[in-house]
Order: sequence, then C-alpha cells, then structure tokens
Amino acid sequence: MLNRNLVLATALLLSGSTTMALAGGPNVEVMHYWTSGSEAAGLNVLKKLLEERGVTWSDSPVAGGTGMNMVQVLRARIASDTAPAAAQMHAQQVQAWASEGVLTDLTDLAKKDDWAKVIAPELVPLISHDGSYVAVPVNVHRSNWLWYNKKVFDSAGLQPPTTWDEFNEVSEKLLAKGVTPLALGGQPWQELDLFENAVLGIGGADFYRKAVIDEDEAALRSDTMVKVFDQLRKMNKYIDSNYPGRDWNLATQMVIKGEAGMQIMGDWAKGELSLANLQPNVDYGCVPAPGTKGSYVWLTDNFGFFKTKDKDKQAGQLAMASAILDKGFQEAFNIKKGSIPSRIDVSMDKFDFCGKAAFADRAEAQKSQKSLPSLAHNAAAGAAKTGVFTDVVSTFFETPSVTSQQAIEQLVTGLKSAQ
Amino acid sequence: MSTTFPVLQTAKRGQWREGSGVKLWLARNASQLALAPSVAITLLAVYGFMVWTGVVSFTASKMLPSYEFVGLDQYWRLWSNPIWRIAVDNIFIFAILFIAIASVIGMALAILVDQKIRAEGFFRTIYLYPMALSFIVTGTAWKWILNPGLGIERMVRLWGWDSFRFDWLVDPRFAIYTLVMAGVWQSSGFVMALFLAALRGIDEDITKAARLDGAGSFQIYRRIIIPQLGPAFLTVFVILTQQAVKSFDLVVALTAGGPGNSTHLPATFMYMQTFGRDQMAVGAASAMMIFMTVTAVVTPYLYSDVRKQRDDA
Repeated sequence: MLNRNLVLATALLLSGSTTMALAGGPNVEVMHYWTSGSEAAGLNVLKKLLEERGVTWSDSPVAGGTGMNMVQVLRARIASDTAPAAAQMHAQQVQAWASEGVLTDLTDLAKKDDWAKVIAPELVPLISHDGSYVAVPVNVHRSNWLWYNKKVFDSAGLQPPTTWDEFNEVSEKLLAKGVTPLALGGQPWQELDLFENAVLGIGGADFYRKAVIDEDEAALRSDTMVKVFDQLRKMNKYIDSNYPGRDWNLATQMVIKGEAGMQIMGDWAKGELSLANLQPNVDYGCVPAPGTKGSYVWLTDNFGFFKTKDKDKQAGQLAMASAILDKGFQEAFNIKKGSIPSRIDVSMDKFDFCGKAAFADRAEAQKSQKSLPSLAHNAAAGAAKTGVFTDVVSTFFETPSVTSQQAIEQLVTGLKSAQ
Repeated sequence: MSTTFPVLQTAKRGQWREGSGVKLWLARNASQLALAPSVAITLLAVYGFMVWTGVVSFTASKMLPSYEFVGLDQYWRLWSNPIWRIAVDNIFIFAILFIAIASVIGMALAILVDQKIRAEGFFRTIYLYPMALSFIVTGTAWKWILNPGLGIERMVRLWGWDSFRFDWLVDPRFAIYTLVMAGVWQSSGFVMALFLAALRGIDEDITKAARLDGAGSFQIYRRIIIPQLGPAFLTVFVILTQQAVKSFDLVVALTAGGPGNSTHLPATFMYMQTFGRDQMAVGAASAMMIFMTVTAVVTPYLYSDVRKQRDDA
C-alpha cells in the first residue's frame, strides 16, 4: 500500500504541474514580468476579460524589470518543449523568436479582426514575420519625454527647453540656483535613453533612421554624431554625483521633491508622479524631449504565442490575442500603465493630459513619418547591436577621458563585429 | 514489491551467503548501487554540460542553441569585445587583491584570537558572521555604505570635514576596489576560522621549546608557526580562488557592472551576453575561457595531491 502511494506520488511529480492544472476547456499560460502594482493590476483586467469569455488563465510571472530573468526561464521552457502558451516580449524579441520558428501564425485572426486597419501602422513590420502576424501589441510607450518640476521652473522663471542648446542654458541657470538640472540614474539603459534623445534632437528623424536603425557608417562617423557625444559629455556636469546605479524611479523622486529640475524618461515615469499625487500641468509638466517635437519615439510590449498541438491551448491563445486588442482592455490597461493604446481608434477621453498629448503627437508623427522605434528599448535594433550601443554609450558617459571620436570609433568597430 | 529491506536485513544477520543469486549480487554491490544515481547525475549535469558548452562555443547560436559550426569565430569576437578585456583585467585585479588581503587579515585575526583571550567564542562568532550572509546582502549593504550621498562620505562630511571624498563606488577607475572591500569583509572571518583550526593543531611543545631558547613571540610566529601552516594556506587559496572566480552575485548587487562597464567580471559578462544580448555562443566561448583558466589553476593542485597520495601509499 505504502509503496503504491510512493509510486503514484513520484509519477504525479514527474508528470509536471502545468499539464495537471489546465485540464479541460480553452486555457492560456501567460509568462510575463509585469509584477509591479500598476502593471499587475492592468494585466488583471485582461485575465478577467478572458475568464468572462470562458478561458482559464494560468499566471507565470518572472520578476525582474528588464525581462532578462524571464527570457532565461522562457528559453529553458522552450528547449524542454514545455513552452508557455503566451509570453511578453519587446518588439525586436518578437522578431528574434519568430526567426527561431516557434511563434504561432495569427494571420487568420488578424484578417478576421481587421488588424491592418486598427493597429498603429508603424508597429506592423515588427509584429509580423515573412508576411504573417506573429504577435499582438498591448501598449505603446513613448521614450522622448521631458518631465520637469513646474514649481522649480516657475520660481526660477524658466521655460522648458525645446532644443538641446536651450537645455544647456536652462541647466546652467538651474545649477546657479543650486538645483540639480537633470535627474538621471546611471544604469546603461538610462544613459542609452539620453543618447537616443540626443541623436533625434540634434540630428532629426532622418539622421536617427540612418544612424540607429540602418547603422549607416557615414552617419555614425558624421559631425552630427560628434555633436551628439559632445552633448552627452556636457550633461556630465548637469547631474548629481550619486547617480551611478540609481533606478529610474528614484531619479523621478528627485524631480518630485524638487531636488532636480528635469528628467528625460519614458511615460512610465507618470506612474511615480501620480503615486505622489502630482497633477500634470500643475505640479509637473510633460513636453517632448529637447529638439524632438513632432517626433514620437515608441516602444511596445507584445505577446507572442508559442506553437502547440493542444486544441484547448490553441483556442486559449486565439482568445487572448483577440482580447488584447479589445477596446475596453486597451483603455483600462493603458491608463494604469501610463502608455497609450496600440490601436489607433480607442477613445482617449479618460486619459490624463500627457496621455492625450502622446496620442495626438503619435497621430501627427505618423503622418510626417516621424514615428520612430526606440533604440534603448529593443525596438530599433536587435539585441546584439543594441548591446554595442549600450556598452559604448555608458562607458563614454561615465569615463571622462574617452573622447567623442574614440566613442564613434568603438561604435563602428563594435557594430561590425555584431553583424 | 519490497526487495531491498529483506536483503539489508539478511545481510545484517550475516546470512547473505545463503541468499539467492540476485540478492547476493544486490547485497555485495549495495554501496555502488546507492552511489550510481549521483554519479550519473554528476556525469551528465556537470561534465556533460561542460562538453555541451564547449560545442556551443563553436557554433553560431544566438537566442537558442543551433548546430551550425563556425570554427573559432566566436572566440575571435569574444576577444575583440572591449568589455570582455575589461572583465579579464578585472578578474585578475580582483582575485589577486581579494585572496591576498583576505588571507592576511584572516591570518592576523586568527593570531589575535589565538592569544587565549577572554570571550574568544564571542569574537570568533562576530568575525565569522559575515560568512552567514549571501553575497547579495553583502553587496547591497556595501552599496549603501559606499554611496557618497548616503554612506561614509556623507557621514564624515556631516562631522564637519567638508572636503572629505570617498567616491570609489562611482568612479570607474576605482570601482573594482570596492568589490575587493566587500569580498574581503565577507570572507576574512572564514579564513580566520581555517587558520585558527590550523594554529590549534600545532604542537605546543615546539613553541615552548622555542620560548626556552629565548625566541620572542614575533620570532616564534615567523619562523615556527607560520611555516607549519602550509596546508592551511593551500586550502585557503583554493577556496578563495573559486570564490573569486564565481563572484557573480557580489557584482550584480554592488555595481551591476558599472559605472561605465568598469566592474564586469567574466561571469557577469557571460550572463549578459547569453541572456541579455542573445549571443549564446559568445557567452559559451567566455565560459570556456573561464573554465580553462580555472583548470590551469586547479590542475597543478590536484596533480600534487594525487602524487602525494601515491607517495604516501
């Protein structure tokens, strides 16, 4: 008797917990790294919506803000042939997984739901592979925002800068007032964020495309790129000395407390600002980063679905893909997340001032071909090339002895070997 | 159903000679059978995957392993990566300083504790305590202590010394030494325990004889006791070396490789390439370089060990 129980227990253990938990009916196992308060709340809306539609949701969160931990778990799961039904991924990661041939083709659903008309057109190339749709975008963040503390600016009689030259002037005045001009966390991606905004703000949209998306050597070696690095060097003195390793939300806190005047950061910063009960346009302002008015630098979170032969899982995947583009979910989720919908036809009435501004700016940028993928957030280039930019920019920014010319040289050779 | 227990019982009674062929065989090979699973797991999970990592390092693997072989390309890319070269320089700086300083401090503490002091157990516990923490905790604590705006620099400035500077953590030229500080703090107590055990193992008659001959304490330690600690030194060296090579969590918690990539170690580089950059093959190549370096250090040790055993036999 005892032995039989032992055998049974071992067999159950070995058969794996996931298959047991999801027996019967359409279901999805969702792997993601949205574990912080507002993100988890946003995802919960999707879970409820799917449950209403008769789909069982099984949550597989892997904490860690950059998603690196999740990718590690996901790879092990795919290698052992137990991939989750769906996983969160950045735009370029969609492409990487699609070229491995592991993502489900969603083209039939896309035709039925008319994705070509409703999804922001600039996202389409990155969620499709070889002519078929392979992922669904949940949200669109904007990375070229400048957040500033209105009280600090008003008391110093300053206007938010619209060019990088103005940025430098404003910063000098803030320095003279004893305020740290720019709140920055010295983590490589935050420094790359600054770089990407400087490339766009100084060089313009076409230059951004050539330098960052096409990695064109002539553009990388141009005088404009020297100016970009020179601008980064100037910014060394506009930040405080404790910045290395600081998280972005702690930098936002500096703006909230008035210790710092400005922060250049994506619109997730809004979450911190509203947690502190600050009102847009009253306590803080949101304007496009210097020199980037008219452009919209975007990054998206998407869900990709892994191929499976299980009919229930397939049904669950399609139901989830369809629910992600549900207008109600797009509205509810993006208000919580601080982003804007990936659909272009969602009502923005319930969004705050900065959300509405982002939506309007995106529509304008789409018309003028100035809606651009973000480099710092895995939308513009693959992981290897983004890595080269990250390494060069962060080393340059933190090492005063490196010249702009040297940094450009490292960039060119690095990008060549990352081909 | 239940075969093993009777066998063990019969064996216990010394009756196994009378058992059947299978039982006899089981009883004779019980220890081998018990060890077999762990040996099999070790062979597969340690040596098997070492070989597999080596294979991957010769392929074009990016996100998932692929078996398109590209020869030594990945090694060439690895060595042309400036951050890998920083990581290699760093591991030598870190390992040499970490091992040397931790040994010296550990030895000094052991000698001090060995002076038959009062409340020895109390001090021993205090010195050993950091060992109970994980490197993540140590790293985070030292990150705060060394942060110029929160820790030592701020404290000294609040005392009135306004020009005091201690900003190694945020200076790319010195950040690597903060890793040494935190590592030494963590491991010195453990080194002390090892040396203390060795010191206690030394025959007191020798030191007494030396004292009769008029040798001072310093002389006794320098000429009699420390030379006898050879085996303990070797143990300390081997343990600290492997700690230095695998100190991944300390870097992650204390500096995350920054500022400006100045504190990457081979282990953090490998993780970043494999999981953050989709460069699995470059990551595997760096793992092979680490493996070969460790082998170069450990093989002479194992060789001398084996030879000594053979000589003893």
